[in-house]
Amino acid sequence: MKKTDSEFRSGPIPGVFATVALGLFFFVPFAIMLTFSFYHKIPGGLYEPAFEVDNYLRFISPFFTQILLISTGLCSLASILALFIGFILTYFMSRMNKRGRTLWLILLVSLLSLSEVIIGFSWSILFSRTAGIGGWMYTLGLLDAPRAFAPGFGALLTALTFICVPFIVLVMFPPLTRLPKEWVESARMLGATPLRAVITVVVPSVRPALIAAFILAFIYSLGSYVLPIMLGKPRHWTISVHITDQALFQANIPFASALSVFLIVTALSLIALISKIQNRFT
Amino acid sequence: MFRIRNIFLGLILIIFVAPIIVVVGVSFNARKQLLFPPQGFSFRWYSEAALESDWLSAVGTSFILALGAASVALVLAFSLALYCWRRLGWQSRILRGMGLLPFMLPPVVSALGFLVFWSSIGGYGQLYAAVISHGVFLVTLPMVMILIGLDSIDRNLIDAARVCGAGRSEVYLTVILPIVRPFMIFGFFFAFVLSFNEYIISFMLIGFTHETLPVKIFNSLRYGYTPVMAVVSTFIVLLTVGGMGLIARFGDLPRLFGAWETVEK
Repeated sequence: MKKTDSEFRSGPIPGVFATVALGLFFFVPFAIMLTFSFYHKIPGGLYEPAFEVDNYLRFISPFFTQILLISTGLCSLASILALFIGFILTYFMSRMNKRGRTLWLILLVSLLSLSEVIIGFSWSILFSRTAGIGGWMYTLGLLDAPRAFAPGFGALLTALTFICVPFIVLVMFPPLTRLPKEWVESARMLGATPLRAVITVVVPSVRPALIAAFILAFIYSLGSYVLPIMLGKPRHWTISVHITDQALFQANIPFASALSVFLIVTALSLIALISKIQNRFT
Repeated sequence: MFRIRNIFLGLILIIFVAPIIVVVGVSFNARKQLLFPPQGFSFRWYSEAALESDWLSAVGTSFILALGAASVALVLAFSLALYCWRRLGWQSRILRGMGLLPFMLPPVVSALGFLVFWSSIGGYGQLYAAVISHGVFLVTLPMVMILIGLDSIDRNLIDAARVCGAGRSEVYLTVILPIVRPFMIFGFFFAFVLSFNEYIISFMLIGFTHETLPVKIFNSLRYGYTPVMAVVSTFIVLLTVGGMGLIARFGDLPRLFGAWETVEK
């Protein structure tokens, strides 16, 4: 009789193949970038191999502090707003029937996949003088003269929040739909208002997911290049814009690489923090 | 409570759909201005977009890039998922982590990595460099989907096939592949749509040699707004919403995003 192996699984070949492919095309690029971050930038030219920490020393400068402040300020503000809106939206979605959920998910996944170029383009129309909110408010008599709201801090914050909300929903959707409906019902039965039931029962039971959603949205908004360029003024440029600017327009690959290494270390430590929090809760 | 709920949902819906409506509305303007609500109504910009060869070639570049990238992503994602399936050791955890990483890191960082890599080995500015880079970058969602598919295979099915005398390759072809195929198709779709919409990697790698559609839209913004941009944006919006709608229609979207109750009932 043939042996029945209940643990049927693949051999090592797919694993080896994937490791080699990802190693070559994803990890080697990062290794090269790390090397470049120690290279020397030739003024007016490209770069030459060297081992110097000058690119990292530039982090101790008002220029970099300014970038860091605007990046963290803007992105954490957008992530908090998005977390607030996204949590309420996901909670309502988790109580819908399957059809309602699916329709909302289609909308959210579409927005998440939609090119930031198009989102930025449409918000810049919405915040423009002639065709957007500024013009409509003038027509309604709310403004003395039609005005543009973009580029500006408010426009950029709105658009960043806008791209973060779908992201929050996708992180919050699994834990909130898995939460037994009876929990909220029993709280209601014991006399809690709906709002109180959500705050005292739902929020504490999904707290790790809330923290994870916030951090992931923060990293996600930090990575946006298109929106700060299209909707912000140069002083609103985040670290991602500066990385691109240094690499392509200032021809300073070494400094761009150092900025990227900083961003990777930040993102990875935040992700490690998430898994630490989740381990503590489970 | 229901009133508050409906007001909230209505408001969010309006804000979410507003950009889409504005882009579509602007594309129908009669004059060469971006006005909303549109003034007059014409399909003029649609015919202009369809006739201008540089917009068409951007559509072509984006299509080739997205097709190639989705294929690369699918092959990689399938290998990763197949290896990680039913394995719990450190190797499988590392591979899962490798598959998740591109999705978690800010895309700019990956873009710069690809830029220095391809300019070091040659291939900077070449379409194939962007295809491979996009494929690696977009591996995560197909991998997660295929893993969900593999995990949904009833172990009795495989045992039954083995007892009936099926060899390993027969098990793959007659049990595993048919069950996982829909998940592979959705994964491919997803990667395709994301690649079609992606900006920063395309811009850094091939921005000055082959313009993809998002890069082309962004570049033309600098030279003033024309309704043609709204027309091609409408096209991308339709492609994206249509693609996601298809995934939702044939694959259970709530389940793909991990609402297990709907599966178990």
